[in-house]
Amino acid sequence: MIDIQDIIKPENLVYEKSSLLTDNVMHYCPGCTHGVVHKLVAEVIEELGIQEQTIGVSPVGCSVFAYNYIDIDWAEAAHGRAPAVATGISRLHPEKYVFTYQGDGDLASIGCGEIMHACNRGENIVVIFINNAIYGMTGGQMAPTTLLGQVTATTPYGRDAKLNGFPMKITELIAQLDGTCYVTRQSADTPGAVRKTKNALKKAFQNTRLQKGTSFVEVVSTCNSGWKVTPVEANNWMRENMFKKYPLGDIKDI
Amino acid sequence: MAEVKLMKGNEVIAEAAIRCGCDGYFGYPITPQSEVMETLMARKPWEETGMVVLQAESELAAINMVYGGACCGKKVMTSSSSPGISLKQEGLTYIAGAELPCLVVDVVRGGPGLGTIQPAQSDYFQATKGGGHGDYHLIVLAPASVQEMNDFVDLGFELAFKYRNPAMILADGVIGQMMEKVQLSPYKPRWTEEEIEKISGSWALTGKKGRERHVITSLELDAHRQEDFNKKLQAKYRKIEANEVRFEKILCEDADYLIIAYGSAARICQKSIELAREAGIKIGLLRPITLYPFPTQAIAEMCGQIKGMLTVEMSAGQMVEDVRLAVNGRVKVEHYGRMGGVVPTPEEIVEALKNNFEL
Repeated sequence: MIDIQDIIKPENLVYEKSSLLTDNVMHYCPGCTHGVVHKLVAEVIEELGIQEQTIGVSPVGCSVFAYNYIDIDWAEAAHGRAPAVATGISRLHPEKYVFTYQGDGDLASIGCGEIMHACNRGENIVVIFINNAIYGMTGGQMAPTTLLGQVTATTPYGRDAKLNGFPMKITELIAQLDGTCYVTRQSADTPGAVRKTKNALKKAFQNTRLQKGTSFVEVVSTCNSGWKVTPVEANNWMRENMFKKYPLGDIKDI
Repeated sequence: MAEVKLMKGNEVIAEAAIRCGCDGYFGYPITPQSEVMETLMARKPWEETGMVVLQAESELAAINMVYGGACCGKKVMTSSSSPGISLKQEGLTYIAGAELPCLVVDVVRGGPGLGTIQPAQSDYFQATKGGGHGDYHLIVLAPASVQEMNDFVDLGFELAFKYRNPAMILADGVIGQMMEKVQLSPYKPRWTEEEIEKISGSWALTGKKGRERHVITSLELDAHRQEDFNKKLQAKYRKIEANEVRFEKILCEDADYLIIAYGSAARICQKSIELAREAGIKIGLLRPITLYPFPTQAIAEMCGQIKGMLTVEMSAGQMVEDVRLAVNGRVKVEHYGRMGGVVPTPEEIVEALKNNFEL
């Protein structure tokens, strides 16, 4: 009989949790993309060896509690204001790695002004943008990025352009701003996509080190609870619908 | 050798900020206080002391930049005027809820809405009663001279850091635009990283190094834990009320009647009490310097001596409510106010006094 203690040995170790991920049980739903991206952020900060110089700004939305999971200094911002808070921190700590972590409601709706102007000033920060086309925490209402026809709690008959306007490709708008040095759209639905997202995050933090301006990493994500489907169905729906409107890849890399 | 200059109130705010070792100013233009940021930009303090000055895209952004800077244990500030302060209230309640120190200057103009660009004192409620959502207070200082505009910048920061609470200088368009002689403060260097560690090291975001991570937040989902936090905040406010009340009494010793006024209204009332005394009315002036904490006790103590009190405000009567609470019906309290940017004359205040108390 092989005992579990025979398996848990250093020589058998092929993967371990980043030391920057805390042991707090995540509040995210099974199937949610936040957990994966949190892991990547922790890994990137650890691999770059910048834990002591990194300050995160968490948003309002499902990831409001990001500070419970990644073991660095954090500020929790008001809804949409994370880029302004990050500006204040970064201007007073120009040597630090400052990043915001925001959802689509936070970044593209209520915080549209703050993100545009922080990017336009070229604040030396990283912006991580989780786009799952819905307000998760408040119970699945329409977001600026909600697709046409998509059913949400506030578009029960599907998003209608006449009534609700169009899905907003804010990342393409951000790429137009001269203050941004790196604007990319990634996903986390396959191991390969997760690796690409990790590389994008690493590049973004390295840009901060090089004082290059604002790096903006969108991750097209799933919210199976809000979309009211299973995690597998959510991944499929995202690939079939979200990727058409929000195509993956680098939009700008200077 | 003291440095004495003739300066505008708004310019003095900028000068005092640089001299007191302020680390950052984040602002947005609005009349009648735009000279604060204009003066700072012209002075280029980033070349002199390293102070950061940034024009934000909105008042919302400016106060949230202040929040970010305050998170780092730095001395940061903003200034605005009434409609802009309404916008900043969101940030201020988060700053109060996160127990962060900062300084906010409100050079008040008349309202509601876009109102007027002329001076008023109609922001008393939004300054002293919290202003945003939730149970909280700002520490509110009311300058009545350009000299106090200078002095209260340093005092505001001192109180803000002493109590980890946002402080406000509640001025108005008169004090902001008026030129007066002012004795400038000597230069104090900005705090070093070591000093910040000593002063705010238990909570400031300086990078997690050899300690537990620091999290600045005002969020607590557990009702009982949130109530515990609310109680802690309230205990802090009681301490501020016990220790930080500031006021000035002028000619109160023999007074039969009392005017209560703050800021530029108090300056005008100084002339009114002279005129009234020439007409044989024994009147004094009590000038609250801190509007929160309010000099409740000092006013209550006057009730035995005084036959009537008149508050003079450039508003429909806001501070008068706190005076009536202090007096608690023991003495007749009347209000005289001008609104919409109209500044009262000393003579009309004397008339109001005579009419209200049948003198």
